[in-house]
Amino acid sequence: MSDVIERSTTAKDWSSDQEVRWCPGCGDYSILKAVQMLMPELGGRTENTVFISGIGCAARFPYYMATYGMHSIHGRAPAVATGLAMARDDLDVWVVGGDGDMLSIGGNHLIHALRRNINLTILMFNNQIYGLTKGQYSPTSEVGKVTKSTPFGSLDQPFNPVSVALGAEATFVARTHDMDRQHMMETLRRAREHRGASFVEIFQNCNVFNDGAYEGITSRSVREEMLIPLEHGQPVRFGADGHRGVVVDAQHGARLVEVADVGEDAILVHDERREDPGMAFMLSRLSTGPHEPTPIGVFRSVERAEYGELSNAQLAQAQERSGAGDLHALLHSRPTWTVD
Amino acid sequence: MADLDQTDAPIELDRVIIRFAGDSGDGMQLTGDRFTSASAVFGNDLATLPEFPAEIRAPAGTLAGVSAFQVHISDHEITTPGDAPNVLVAMNPAALRSELHLMADGSTIIVNTDAFDERNLTKAGYDASPLTDGSLARHTVYEVPMTSLTKDAVAPLGVKPRDAERSKNFFALGLISWMYTRPSEPTLAWIDEKFGSKPQVAAANRAAFTTGHAFGETAELFEHAYSIRPATVPAGTYTNITGNTALAWGLVAAGQLAKLPVFLGSYPITPASDILHELSKHKSFGIRTLQAEDEIAGIGSALGAAFGGHLGVTTTSGPGIALKSETMGLAVSLELPLVIIDVQRGGPSTGLPTKTEQADLLQAMYGRHGECPMPIVAAYTPANCFDAAIEAARIALKFRTPVLLLSDGYLANGSEPWRLPEVSDLPDISVAFATEANHVDAEGNEEFWPYLRDPQTLARPWAVPGTPGLEHRIGGIEKQDGSGNISYDPANHEHMVHLRAEKVAGIATDIPPVEVHGDVDDAELLVVGWGSTWGAIDGAANRCRARGHKVAYAHLVHLNPFPSNLGEVLRRYPRVVVPELNLGQLSRLIRAEYLVDAHTVTKVQGLPFTAGELEAAFLKELGA
Repeated sequence: MSDVIERSTTAKDWSSDQEVRWCPGCGDYSILKAVQMLMPELGGRTENTVFISGIGCAARFPYYMATYGMHSIHGRAPAVATGLAMARDDLDVWVVGGDGDMLSIGGNHLIHALRRNINLTILMFNNQIYGLTKGQYSPTSEVGKVTKSTPFGSLDQPFNPVSVALGAEATFVARTHDMDRQHMMETLRRAREHRGASFVEIFQNCNVFNDGAYEGITSRSVREEMLIPLEHGQPVRFGADGHRGVVVDAQHGARLVEVADVGEDAILVHDERREDPGMAFMLSRLSTGPHEPTPIGVFRSVERAEYGELSNAQLAQAQERSGAGDLHALLHSRPTWTVD
Repeated sequence: MADLDQTDAPIELDRVIIRFAGDSGDGMQLTGDRFTSASAVFGNDLATLPEFPAEIRAPAGTLAGVSAFQVHISDHEITTPGDAPNVLVAMNPAALRSELHLMADGSTIIVNTDAFDERNLTKAGYDASPLTDGSLARHTVYEVPMTSLTKDAVAPLGVKPRDAERSKNFFALGLISWMYTRPSEPTLAWIDEKFGSKPQVAAANRAAFTTGHAFGETAELFEHAYSIRPATVPAGTYTNITGNTALAWGLVAAGQLAKLPVFLGSYPITPASDILHELSKHKSFGIRTLQAEDEIAGIGSALGAAFGGHLGVTTTSGPGIALKSETMGLAVSLELPLVIIDVQRGGPSTGLPTKTEQADLLQAMYGRHGECPMPIVAAYTPANCFDAAIEAARIALKFRTPVLLLSDGYLANGSEPWRLPEVSDLPDISVAFATEANHVDAEGNEEFWPYLRDPQTLARPWAVPGTPGLEHRIGGIEKQDGSGNISYDPANHEHMVHLRAEKVAGIATDIPPVEVHGDVDDAELLVVGWGSTWGAIDGAANRCRARGHKVAYAHLVHLNPFPSNLGEVLRRYPRVVVPELNLGQLSRLIRAEYLVDAHTVTKVQGLPFTAGELEAAFLKELGA
């Protein structure tokens, strides 16, 4: 998309004529707004942009973007998008889905899209609940969650989506939340600019079936003490005046400390470009849920060859070696005999 | 061969059926394949039936581990790998025991006596050696110590005895090549090419082959060699081809003829994997292949590529079709071109993964949620897989619909000579992408409606991302006809269900009428077939006709929709019989559609019909 930009766009150019039908107050609205506001800044074009989704509330997203789009099947959006991105490296392909879509029914496709490093920007709206099916627990719900399908409490250990993505060899892994448009736009910009598969977990409030799930860490009054901003090259500090921070030692791994107790020099300096995902993984384990200080921002951003490019390079090499395919030659490529 | 003198001149045969059988590790598939290639280049007509176990290496020497390859070669046109073999090459007791029931009285059996030791006899379940207990008295048995003769032949090359033994299949190949006066050059050239990087292995295989050949000539065990003249076939250039290779080449051709890049999303599954293997070689044609994480991603990625304007293809077998069925539903709803290939095998579940069956027809026809019609094309010979692939792609592109192409394990692995088409004779199947707005809104603004249809084909426009002004969103939710916007309107849903059905039904006007062969005007019996049963039906019908019966036969390539004249053809004859490798799936469709009392002949043994079996069944139908 490095073509000459013929005209600049506005958020309105990226909004379709379809009425948005999420529940009033849903966190999805603010994510949609952030994306529609970001798009003109990225300088892309609507006709070269595609949003692919699976099924779920979040998956209605493509209908509201004035781009090309496909609302596909539950869980399968990363697979559909893989084919599109491989076929068309000129397109800017986004994948949007929820925690059930991407980590339950579609978990397999997500991890394979990430490890292949397909050129996709993958947004996973995590509201820790099934919304569209009206309130069952999800693969990110906390243990013991009482829902319609778990009246005595859920038994399943939840996924930590950032840990999953890091374990799946993702080259770009980030987290943001629906209460901070600026942080969302900045994180999504980074994700979009990354060549290869980018995974962004977005904490998103479902005000109908799981209201307030993130209130304890994302509301304005507690954010400063409960969110740990990760910034490349900066010490990992948070809280009023950065009084708290993260240290890493061989004994305990990553843990939270009072900076005053250990000294500024002891605080971990975040390096999102570390080849080894171990440190990013440790940071992802600092929090077990939205009730304790939780890191947000870019956990990992490393360069690795993008799959579609590699695939196209093989095609180009084959054509260089033997010329463009010749059907007649193919048909005669095995032993033949002629009958007069 | 030139070195046979007058008195030893080979006896001419019009055809022979040879069956090579041995342990899975004995290289019988390769032996059969090389014999076939040499015969093909020599100019015989031929048909093959490879049969191998699902296990890569079942315990050596056991019945479960027997792998066999049957080849029928002739000096005239043939359509099946033959009923009963004339010659069995048995590399061990298990091979003899598992294949003996196929052998008619008077047939020839050549055994590798070195393998008939007590251990192997016990493994095969023999109490006494069949070579000495008189149980083979009705056959002509040749006892050849193949293993030791091979070891002696390769010993001077410094090959270790263990490795030496592995060349014994080339000894067998050499012996049979002498026996049926096959030219040696193609096989020797193939050995040099195949094992070029391992000179010692190449030398050992060469030595084994020539030793086997010389053994036949000099051992005075065999009275004669035999010859089968080249078949009289239409002029042209031929190659020997398996169904899977022909199908893969058909997909390459379809991309070229459609002027579209091909995208294959596929997950490995027997017996379809060879199509993935073959297509992945042809990157110079711009073909992208993705070995996906599962069957669902295979079709999902192909559908994504189709949305992007590629010829999307996915290949699988029956179990994979089950997994892909939800995405097929989406493809029907999106009305995008997609080719889905089912190389059928014995089912249900894992079933008989290496064996053939035709039991996915009703799955192809009905195995999806909702009213979900899809065109179905079925290949009927290995070489026909090429044309069938092009036809499936043609329909998919022209009507913007997913199309199911049915092959099966017998077509996939079987081979036959194929008269190569001229590229210029192949059809142009290209279609145009939408480039402009096609509708004007109430305020007079131009806009793009993704579901505004071509009135003739009912196909919707194919507008690919990257086209300015045609941005649109499509999905699995029911949509308003025309605009494509989400619609839950009851009447619109019913309208769309009918439209999708009419679109597929309308393809009947775009396909040729079914041809009737044989006693077209006065047949007492009409045989209707589909898929790989063609060869056996053709053979059996002609045998019945040779006996003086009036038989006509019609073979369906298009199974949904049926050719427009099928009803008339069915009603033209007093009796209709449908042979199928299932429990009567096409006959059910025919009965339901045309209210014709179609009888069934069924077989579900993982094996194709023989012409003899069908001949008997047809005679029964004829009351003869």
